[in-house]
Amino acid sequence: MSHVATSPRFKDNARAALADADLQASLKFVEVNFIARRREAADRLPEFEALRDAARDIKDHTLAHLDLYLEAYEARVTASGGQVHYAATAEDARQIVLQICRRLGARTVTKGKSMIGEELAINDFLEANDIRPIETDLGEYIIQLRGEIPSHIIAPAVHLTKAQIEADFRRVHTHLPADRNLVEPTTLLAEARGVLREKFLAADVGITGANFLVAETGTSIIVTNEGNGDLTQTLPKAHIVLASIEKMVPTLEDVSTLLRVLARSATGQEMSVYTTLSTGPRRADDPDGPGEYHVVILDNGRSAMLGGSFQEMLRCIRCGACMNHCPVYHAVGGHAYGWVYPGPMGAVLTPSLIGVDKAGHLPNASTFCGRCEEVCPVRIPLPRMMRSWREREFERHLSPATVRSGLAFWALFARRPRLYGWATGIAARMLALFGRAKGRFGWLPLASGWTRYRDFPSPQGATFQQQWRTRRKRSSDR
Amino acid sequence: MPPHGNKRVGLFVTCLVDLIRPSVGFAAAKLLEDAGCTVEVPRQSCCGQPAFNSGDRATTRAIAEQVIDAFAIYDYVVAPSGSCAGMLRTHYPELFRDDPNWMPRVDAFCAKTFELLSFLVDVLGVSRVDARFEGTVTYHDSCSGLRELGVRIQPRRLLGTVQGLTIKEMQDAETCCGFGGTFCVKYPDVSNAIVAKKAANVISSEADTLLAGDLGCLMNMAGKLQRDGKAVEVRHVAEVLAGMTDEPAIGMPESGGAEAKP
Repeated sequence: MSHVATSPRFKDNARAALADADLQASLKFVEVNFIARRREAADRLPEFEALRDAARDIKDHTLAHLDLYLEAYEARVTASGGQVHYAATAEDARQIVLQICRRLGARTVTKGKSMIGEELAINDFLEANDIRPIETDLGEYIIQLRGEIPSHIIAPAVHLTKAQIEADFRRVHTHLPADRNLVEPTTLLAEARGVLREKFLAADVGITGANFLVAETGTSIIVTNEGNGDLTQTLPKAHIVLASIEKMVPTLEDVSTLLRVLARSATGQEMSVYTTLSTGPRRADDPDGPGEYHVVILDNGRSAMLGGSFQEMLRCIRCGACMNHCPVYHAVGGHAYGWVYPGPMGAVLTPSLIGVDKAGHLPNASTFCGRCEEVCPVRIPLPRMMRSWREREFERHLSPATVRSGLAFWALFARRPRLYGWATGIAARMLALFGRAKGRFGWLPLASGWTRYRDFPSPQGATFQQQWRTRRKRSSDR
Repeated sequence: MPPHGNKRVGLFVTCLVDLIRPSVGFAAAKLLEDAGCTVEVPRQSCCGQPAFNSGDRATTRAIAEQVIDAFAIYDYVVAPSGSCAGMLRTHYPELFRDDPNWMPRVDAFCAKTFELLSFLVDVLGVSRVDARFEGTVTYHDSCSGLRELGVRIQPRRLLGTVQGLTIKEMQDAETCCGFGGTFCVKYPDVSNAIVAKKAANVISSEADTLLAGDLGCLMNMAGKLQRDGKAVEVRHVAEVLAGMTDEPAIGMPESGGAEAKP
């Protein structure tokens, strides 16, 4: 029941995205605003680069001792009256959630934003089991109305224009006056608030994600800007936290370091508006809170990344800075990547989770400009790991036959400089013969990928090495 | 040119300059010789990046061994490209990581390998050039040079000493042009969308010449600008710094040539 990956059709997805005027208008927001806001936030904090080092080290340390921290965390959760459930696969996690909901006779479930929830396609699954999931994060609520998945890990509806959202609200909220004013973004927000308020009160179970799990205290932490997560997790009978193994952090002190780079990298805020810590269910003298507290910790392929080429990807704290700075993401948006995680972090993580045979385009669709690594708060070497995926593909003969044979032909010459010099000498002269007068080619055989959109410059004549040797010979003969 | 300096530089000319635009290689050689270096050009093909970024490590390693051998005798290895110099300097070690027989040679090779502009400014301490160029230029920061090697201020500093030249910075000069080596032919639609934005920023800068330090990026941007009928001239920064701009700009006909487009 996972989302069907359209990643194998990345090229078609990209073409459709490039032709989508609404999408292109929306993506401008990412390119302009997210970059500028992060820059300003980073510049305001002299220790920002040092904090990135510290954040990286905290995550590396935790991953090196993950088994110990998971055990310590579980013991603390249990001591506080909660329950930890380990799920090896997405299906295991879905069944754990379903059993809790069934036991409580749940009919509706409110949801805070959770990328693990997307990974489980938990909404589709609950609906198929006659339980109604209601997204309470504004962006998630909007895309739920549209039957879409998030196009960005922190701004799920960033691919939509305000006009599109207004049209969706008018289509779905038919109980409200048709002539109401929805021009201002705040009116959209107020309308969603009003609709969601009743749902919060009616929900039997609240599901949230987790930004961090704290081993020291058995606490789960979410950061949000809307406060919807708090209502989602405190009002119902049970709070279910969906998390994955790499959310673990040793101490609250460590969390405070990570929080200092998270929001700055994500939205340029110093802190998100809400940082909510949850430790266990409601205690006897608490005024409110859920009666049950469950944490579902998903593996789904992650433990296999430990100790291998992709372990550093597990440092990711899901800030979205990599996609905010990615020229490919700016061009095609998140849905083109075809599964839950878009952008550079998705290009590395998705092949680990659904297989490089399905997600092979993702690590290839990168210019290796390096801007993602430049801004990653935990310094994940994203380009290097995308290249590692290309190496796996090459070893497994998954890369296209045309690429492989072209490369083999080129390598035949490139490995033999003398032969190479002879062949390129002929090629340069031939091309120059035809192209020199005009200076460039509008079309070249075997280069349609280039010449479909650009001219190709003509060589100047003989190769540099030929000319250099001729000149040197002449001056030594003299 | 008095070769008084004892710095013997092996010029890694790069496969694109070798094949498409030798004048960049001669400009680089002139700049190095003006700075007192002796320049030599050993027989060479490519740095291996097309294979490296296609996941073919065995071919890349074979090419790397050959490059390291060919340049072993020089004091320095200099390339007029941030991308190729980045490959030689920052990525070659990845290919030899577990090979104690090669690592000392690889380390020595990397330590003496530089991108042209950072070599001139940071290593040789060149602070001005003797060149003249009448015009307004804008400079694109190619990604590998910028992010792997820290090339940003060096070209601008030297361009500031070219007589007659004015620099007009474009919007998002540090954003990728969409070339990405094989990326531009594997994902032509996406590449085109990225280079279209870059071309728009070049036009908005109102500069009449676009400069950069990497021929791949330059060919991509020139090709797009020319396909769209824009008159901006595109050149490698070394040509302007060496005062060697007699050759037509990238993709332009020979002066008095056949082209008479409006």
